[in-house]
Amino acid sequence: MIRIGHVSKTFREKKTEVRALQDVSIHVHKGEIYGIVGFSGAGKSTLIRLVNRLETPDEGTVEVAGRQLDTLKGKELSALRRKIGMVFQQFNLLEGKTVYHNVAVPLILEHRSAAEIEKRVAEVLEFVELSEKRNAYVSQLSGGQKQRVGIARALATSPEILLCDEATSALDPQTTESILKLLKRVNEEMGITILLITHQMQVIQLICDRVAVMEQGRVAEEGAVLDVFGRPKEEVTKRFVRTVINDQVPESFYDTIRAENRHYRLEQLKFIGDSVNEPVIANLCRRKGLEVNIIGANISQMQGSMMSVFILQLIGETEAIGEAEQYIDASGALRQRLFIDWDSRTITEIPAGKGADA
Amino acid sequence: MNEFLNSKVFGIKWSRLLTNCQQTLYMVGWGLLIGTFFGLILALVLVLTRKGGVIQGRAARILYAAVNVYVNVIRSVPFVILLVTIMPLTRLIMGTTIGSTAALVPLVLYISPYLARLLENSLLECSPGIIEAAQAMGANIWQIIRYFLMPETLGSMVLALTTGAIGLLGASAMAGYVGGGGVGDLTLTYGYEKMNTPLMILTVVILVIFVQLIQFLGGAISRKLRAHR
Repeated sequence: MIRIGHVSKTFREKKTEVRALQDVSIHVHKGEIYGIVGFSGAGKSTLIRLVNRLETPDEGTVEVAGRQLDTLKGKELSALRRKIGMVFQQFNLLEGKTVYHNVAVPLILEHRSAAEIEKRVAEVLEFVELSEKRNAYVSQLSGGQKQRVGIARALATSPEILLCDEATSALDPQTTESILKLLKRVNEEMGITILLITHQMQVIQLICDRVAVMEQGRVAEEGAVLDVFGRPKEEVTKRFVRTVINDQVPESFYDTIRAENRHYRLEQLKFIGDSVNEPVIANLCRRKGLEVNIIGANISQMQGSMMSVFILQLIGETEAIGEAEQYIDASGALRQRLFIDWDSRTITEIPAGKGADA
Repeated sequence: MNEFLNSKVFGIKWSRLLTNCQQTLYMVGWGLLIGTFFGLILALVLVLTRKGGVIQGRAARILYAAVNVYVNVIRSVPFVILLVTIMPLTRLIMGTTIGSTAALVPLVLYISPYLARLLENSLLECSPGIIEAAQAMGANIWQIIRYFLMPETLGSMVLALTTGAIGLLGASAMAGYVGGGGVGDLTLTYGYEKMNTPLMILTVVILVIFVQLIQFLGGAISRKLRAHR
């Protein structure tokens, strides 16, 4: 549906040069919700604006619904933009006008008949559950209601693609969740492909099918949400994942761990979806010569699937622990050995199969 | 009625006073109308072609620079000087250089760049996000102006026009120099030159009332337009 290929873009001010995008490629499939996550300045605003040509790339190609955008001009471009709805962080509504007028505007621009406009506006307002507010002025609405109007406006022209530019970043957590649910409905019930950018990993976790993590104008990592959350490779991705899933050893446990004077290892176990079919931790507890201490546990739901993270302190002889590790690896759980540097109080992760004993 | 019109007030006939009030209203009214037309065009050019505006490119940069310089040049010429220096142009357009209608040429020429600056400021109040939303919807330049830029800033533009109208009232006082008449003409020729102080004060009072009326009207319309913001 959207194919961005080897795109670069540099903004030049008088003295400074900002390389907003450097050789970025992404492919958004029809019908999916694709999320781009990154800290501010990562280039995601520029990237999303390539899709409706609010920005033009210096290099590379952008293809939307089978059309190369660089050849489009004037009316053709307007026609394409009407097939792409856009929702903004600051809503960008006409504050002094009614909800009805705001949603009607894109249809007025298309010279639709009054009856047609009336019908379509009623439909989309119904969909975003704001029918009773149709004659209210935008300035009287709450942030969440304003964003619903923004979404209704974007849907008015029955687009195939919806672009969301930090659509929930100006909202409180509860409202964010309700707006995300609405976007999920837009995707499922209307079959609209959604490309969103955000700095909130929670947004990716709750509604996205696939995710790209951006850093300094590049895509650091890309893939299905469950994979990226379960096996983050890049440091930036790990930082983002940690904002929603706590896979760290709680600071307050450090002293308890340190006080243990028998031989032990710290292990982090991840169970993703249905990949593990046996009670791994219960079985570990039953192993001879091994004591299991659960230091941390975290279960998160995403995309109808579960991911749980456990941090275990395995206490026992080197051999017993080694056998336990082999058992875990064979079970399908993802294992990483953790080392705590007591001086700096930082943790190093050593993936299964690598590194020596503690 | 006739008797009243022929009776005198501070040395001039009431009919004369009324005629001159009418002339002032004529000059300010038409001057504002035509001046707003040109001023708005100039303001839109400035806003749309400025750096980061909707229209970009070489042609836009040149147009912006040209309009910007034009506005600055005209605005640096005092009205009395503009009035006499453009007399040949006035004659070319109106066929004469005398009278209220002829005075409209310099008045419009003088007020439109002033209005352009005021309206430019108003139009710039429209948040860039609104314009971006408009572009994302596939709106063309005219639609951006018609459905986004203008409605969003109408209240502010009315206030700008109010300020402009008062500036125009001030300028129209000098139209007396070219036989344009008006209340200001009475103030200068009868009040000042003939040292008729009571008449001078009366005309000043009339001008004050005009200003108050304009300000009141402009404020009220603007408030109404901004009622739901």
